Amino acid sequence: MNLKDLAGLLTLNVLQPQGNFDVTVSGGYTSDLLSDVMGNAKEKNVWITCQTHENIVAVAKLKNLAAIILVNGRKPDEAALRKAREENVVIFGTSESEFSITGVLFNAFKK
Amino acid sequence: MSPRTIAAAAKRKELDLVGICDHNSAENAGAVAEAAGRLGIRVLPGLEITSREEVHVLALFDEVEAALALQERVYAALPGENDPEVFGPQVVADAEDEVLGFNARFLAGAALLSLDDVVDAVHAFRGLAVASHVDREGFGIIGQLGFIPENLGLDALEISPRLTLEEGRRTYGAAHPVIASSDAHAPDEIGLVSTSFWLDAGTVEEISLALKGLRGRRILG
Repeated sequence: MNLKDLAGLLTLNVLQPQGNFDVTVSGGYTSDLLSDVMGNAKEKNVWITCQTHENIVAVAKLKNLAAIILVNGRKPDEAALRKAREENVVIFGTSESEFSITGVLFNAFKK
Repeated sequence: MSPRTIAAAAKRKELDLVGICDHNSAENAGAVAEAAGRLGIRVLPGLEITSREEVHVLALFDEVEAALALQERVYAALPGENDPEVFGPQVVADAEDEVLGFNARFLAGAALLSLDDVVDAVHAFRGLAVASHVDREGFGIIGQLGFIPENLGLDALEISPRLTLEEGRRTYGAAHPVIASSDAHAPDEIGLVSTSFWLDAGTVEEISLALKGLRGRRILG
């Protein structure tokens, strides 16, 4: 599954489109503690979180994540958006909760 | 932000007392204290500690030695190495703005110390423990935890320049003193907002009295 497929499957809004949508997604990781994500997310994972500050972009970059998904209708901070554009980190948004999005994604990867 | 730049900006903004708190480090605090001292500005050396819960807490001291002693405890609990490409270089400078070296630790990370541990450690070294930018969701105590634990023993809450002190007090001041500070990460942010105290001297003990409104010491605004 690439990022384009994933955006369709989860009906995500694209909040920051600059980046690679053809990247093959390796799975997902759901967490709101940045240190936990740094320790446990895998390369090309999509990261599901409610954190919206600019450090999420640094973490996504550091771990070479495929994209960030912001839940509950949250929007990235201005600084986060700017940095994500510079660093080609795709950010999606959804009105769904972490639980729902994670569930759909989990099932998709189980198949 | 070099020591002399900070000192000059503080002078321009007519600040008498400046807290210097790098993330999880106090290695530059002494240099800034020296540079600012030459301009008649007193520095409270400290650190902005990131707790295990990813809550930022300011630790402010009278002496650099106390800040460095707490820094040792933080360093011992701070995993990882910095990636300068992603998080930027972490310069250590002297009071002349000469670069002494680069801090290799992952200062943007979280120390494996609970909020309780952090506040207790700050107090053990006779410092002030202030929850940083409580009105900001990222790394603010309310954003991370949803509330302020009752028995945490924080000396004050800091609000960011987004709110006036009055608004900050109204929103967050029920159980804690509230102060406003700039949380400056760049020279032009220094002194953007500040808090005035009625004190006998710019020391931790005097500020502590002012925060509690004791012995005539108080927060002026």
